[in-house]
Amino acid sequence: MDINEIIREANLVYKKTSLLTEKPLSYCPGCGHGVVHRIIMEVIEELDIATETIGIAPVGCSVLAYEFMDIDMQQASHGRAPATATGIKRCWPDKYVFTYQGDGDLAAIGTSETIHACNRGENITIIFINNGIYGMTGGQMAPTTIPGMVSSTTPYGRDVQLMGNPIKMTDIVARLPGTLFVSRQSVHTAVNVRKAKKAIKTAFENQKLKRGLSFVEIVSNCPSGWRMTPIQANKWLEENMIPFYPLGDLKVDGNLVSPK
Amino acid sequence: MAKVKGAIVIDIERCKGCELCVVACPVNVISMEKKVNTKGYHFAYPENHEACTGCMNCAIVCPDGCITVYRTKVE
Repeated sequence: MDINEIIREANLVYKKTSLLTEKPLSYCPGCGHGVVHRIIMEVIEELDIATETIGIAPVGCSVLAYEFMDIDMQQASHGRAPATATGIKRCWPDKYVFTYQGDGDLAAIGTSETIHACNRGENITIIFINNGIYGMTGGQMAPTTIPGMVSSTTPYGRDVQLMGNPIKMTDIVARLPGTLFVSRQSVHTAVNVRKAKKAIKTAFENQKLKRGLSFVEIVSNCPSGWRMTPIQANKWLEENMIPFYPLGDLKVDGNLVSPK
Repeated sequence: MAKVKGAIVIDIERCKGCELCVVACPVNVISMEKKVNTKGYHFAYPENHEACTGCMNCAIVCPDGCITVYRTKVE
């Protein structure tokens, strides 16, 4: 059969969702942000909640998220996305409100807002993109940089004796009583993207239950900040990041899941 | 037995040449073009298009959402 005969509207199985704008993404080639943007928009399209969803854009590489997500968005100050989301959700309890934050935003300057929003059990969804460095400003060490990881401010690798230990925000919020669903996923292979999409879908559906906060961490890459090609970065992520940040659900339906 | 055949269309102007689709494809359909697009990136193209099964792996891992997938059954 000729290829041109297959390319017909009737045979279409996958297409970029229209909720992602036509504007080219400002991210570097191979960056996980693009995949996460797309799967969030696909989930919103599948749940048919585009007109009822309000997203909160952070500060960081994804500061322009509102340019690419064709839904209502609000820009928050650095780290304050959970506080902004709290205000919006309390004004419109029936809207779906989510924040999209990087590790510098959520785990460094916004630690207080994140922990208190999770502890209060605000009925929102937090999507946390963890690439282990401050990508936008040039790849400096972040609170989530794993031990031994090279960044522009730790050229010999992170020494925990000198620079302290990395923080596992997802493990912390899973132990707070206000969270309903906590999961850690990645987007470096097709299988992981499918699992991450399922977790994000659960996190959005949970807002209907009004029983607490849903938190999804995505372990992602940063080819430019890590000074690698996208393929090398994904391989490095699998070999180094995932053993330190094990994937899977940490809390389901308000109950902690014991590690396998 | 019915066989599944697929086809992909790549938006070459949106492609940034990260090559993640090349490694994600289980049947090695995609290669990188020597030419560049207007942004200066070597873009992906379906070199071995006959082998495509329409599994969507390339489209799912594409960070820029460049790939559209079609699939049909052939007798």
